Amino acid sequence: MTHDGWTFEILRSDLLIIGGGAAGIAAAVRARELEPELDVLVMEKAHVKRSGCLAAGINAINAYLNPGETPLTFLAYVREDAHGLVREDLVLSLAEKLNSVTDRLAAWGLPLPRDAQGNYLPRGRRSVRVDGEGIKPLMARALEASGARVLNRVNATNFFLSAGRVRGAFGFSMREKKFYLVQAFATVCATGGAAGIYKPNNPGAASHKMWYCPFNTGAGYAMGLRAGAEMTSFEMRFIALRVKDTLSPTGTIAQGVKVEQVNALGENYQKRYRGNTTPLRLYATLQENLAGRGPCYLDTTGLDREAGEKLKEAYLHMSPGILLKWADQGVEPWERPVEICGSEPYLAGGHGLAGYWVDTGRRTTVAGLYAAGDVAGGAPKKYVSGSMAEGEIAAASAVQDMQAVSFEELPAAELARALELEAAMVLAPLTRQEGFAPRELEERLQKVMDEYAGGIGSSYRVSGPSLLVAREELAQLSADLARLKARDLHELLSAQEVIDRVLVARVLVEHLLYRQETRWPCYQERLDYPQRDDTNWLKFVNSRYHWREDRVEMLERPYWRHGEQA
Amino acid sequence: MSVRINRSKCDGCKQARETLCMLVCPGDLLFKDMDNKAAVRQVRDCWDCAACVKECPRGAIEMYLPAEIGGRGSTLTAQRQPGGVLWTLTDPRGRIKQYFVVG
Repeated sequence: MTHDGWTFEILRSDLLIIGGGAAGIAAAVRARELEPELDVLVMEKAHVKRSGCLAAGINAINAYLNPGETPLTFLAYVREDAHGLVREDLVLSLAEKLNSVTDRLAAWGLPLPRDAQGNYLPRGRRSVRVDGEGIKPLMARALEASGARVLNRVNATNFFLSAGRVRGAFGFSMREKKFYLVQAFATVCATGGAAGIYKPNNPGAASHKMWYCPFNTGAGYAMGLRAGAEMTSFEMRFIALRVKDTLSPTGTIAQGVKVEQVNALGENYQKRYRGNTTPLRLYATLQENLAGRGPCYLDTTGLDREAGEKLKEAYLHMSPGILLKWADQGVEPWERPVEICGSEPYLAGGHGLAGYWVDTGRRTTVAGLYAAGDVAGGAPKKYVSGSMAEGEIAAASAVQDMQAVSFEELPAAELARALELEAAMVLAPLTRQEGFAPRELEERLQKVMDEYAGGIGSSYRVSGPSLLVAREELAQLSADLARLKARDLHELLSAQEVIDRVLVARVLVEHLLYRQETRWPCYQERLDYPQRDDTNWLKFVNSRYHWREDRVEMLERPYWRHGEQA
Repeated sequence: MSVRINRSKCDGCKQARETLCMLVCPGDLLFKDMDNKAAVRQVRDCWDCAACVKECPRGAIEMYLPAEIGGRGSTLTAQRQPGGVLWTLTDPRGRIKQYFVVG
C-alpha cells in the first residue's frame, strides 16, 4: 500500500505502550517480568534514551517515604496540598510502591547517595537526593534489557478501536514516510501531560525556555478524548513557581540548601497568607506582586561560597541554563537573590489532578486502555517515582485482563481500511499548499488561552464571560485546523501537536466553566466565584468528548475519603 | 536557552544516517545539512535539556542563553567522562570555570 510515497505497516504486539518515559518504561519492564513471553512494544515520539520530562535529568526523587512516613501520611499530605480533593485510592496505591520503584532505580544504576544508616539521603520529608543527570539513558537500558521492543521516532495519532475496545494505535514515523497500525490486546497510554496550551513566559528564541517539557503536547489526552475516554479535573491546571527567565526549579534552592522566600522589601511574606500549600505559595507570590511588594525572591545571599557552588552542581543535573544566567549577569548566587515567578499553566496529572479517569488498576473507561503517569488523573504529586508505580500497576492490570478475554482475529481488510482512513486524515496537511502553518495556529491558541482562560497575562484568573469568549475563539480555531499545512515530517508533527492541544484546550475551558467555586487559587481561580465551596463542589468534574457530534459532555463524580463507605 | 553547533568541530558523525545529537533530541530539532553537519531547525524550539551537548563525542555543541532573557555571550559545553560529566562554563569575558557532576 502506498500514499504518495508512503508505506503502510501493520504490526502485532500483545501489549502496546505509548510513551517511553518513566511510566511507560516501568510498565514495559513490569509486564515482561510478569509474563516473560509477552510481546511488549513501546511507541515513542522521540528516542527513549532522552525523551520527555527526564531528558535533562533530575536531582531528586520527590515522592519517597523516608523513615517515619507511610502511605497514609503521604495521602494526608497530598490531600491537604490538593485542597481536599484527590482520588484517595489512587494516591494510596501508588504510595505503596514509591520505595520499591526507587530501589529499582538504584538497582538500574541510578546514583542515590546514602546516609550513615544506609538510608537514601533525604532532601525533604518525602524526597531523596539523586545524582540523576543520566536517569533517562539508564531507564532506556533497563527497557532494552527487559526484551521489550521499541519504535523510536513514531508519533502516535489515535487509538485503534474495534467493537468499542482499544486494539492498538496508529502513528507515523518522523524519519521515513511510514504510517503504522500497531495491534495490541491491551494499550497503556503514558504520553505525559500538555505544555504549550498557554502563552509561555518567554518570547522569541527563548519561547521553549519553560518548566514542563515543551514536547509533551497533550497527545495522550487528545487521543483519549477522541476515543471517548472519560477525563477528570482538567480545570486543576498546574503552574510552577520557578526561577525567573530560565524557569529553573526553585526546589533545588529551597530544599537543597536552606533559604528564605522574600518580597522586594526583604519580608518573608508567606506568613501573611493563610495556608502553605503548593498553589498557595504561588498565590502568595502573585499577591505580593499585585500589591506592589514584588518582585519576589529566594534569598540566596546567606549562602557561603561552598554552598553556592554545590547549588550550581545540583542545577547541572537538571537545569543547566541558570548557570548561564548567573554568568551573563556577572553575579554569583550568594551575591544576589534569585527572582521567582509563576510558569505558564500546564496540564499534568503527575503534579495536578488532570487526566484520564481511571480505576485503582489504572484502567480507563474504555476497554483495553490503561493510563499511567502525567496523563493519568486524580493523583497529584506522583512525580517520577509515582509515575513508575502507576506504570507497574497499569501493566499488571493489562496483563491480567487480557488473559480473561478471548480476542478474535481482526480481518485484514478492516485493518487496512482503518489504516488508510487514519493516514488520509493525518497526512492531509502535507497535501496543502495554502493554509496555516502550525506555528500560526499554535500562537493563536496560546494567545486566546492567555487572555481569556487564565494565562500569565490575566494573572491566572478566569470568569464565566471571558471563558465564553475563549470557547467561541477556540471553536473557530478548531475549524481552521482543517487548513493546516506542513512541508515536511517535522512540520507534520507540529501540525498534529496543534490539533491535539486545541482539543485539550477546548475541554479545559469547559472544565473551568463548570466548576463554580475557587478551589485552587491560581490553578483554578474564578473571579465570579471567589470562595471555596465544599458543600457543593467537593467532587470531581469529569468530561467525555463525543467525536461525531464534536460535543463535550460534563459529568460529576463523588469524592470518597479513605476509610469511609462509598 | 538554545544550542549552537560548532561547524569546524562537527563531523556529522561521519557516514551515519542519523547523528548522535539527532538521535537524542527530544524535540526532533536537529538534522543533517547539505554539508554533512548537524544543524538546528528552529532555535526557539530548544528546551535546553542539553541531551545533545552531553552526547556529542567531539564537544561540538554549546549552550547559550538567548538575548531575549539576558544572554550576553556565556556558553556551556559538556564532556562525558568516566563517572560523570565535565561541564565548562565560559563567561562573557572569557573566564572559564569547570564543574564535574557525578552521574
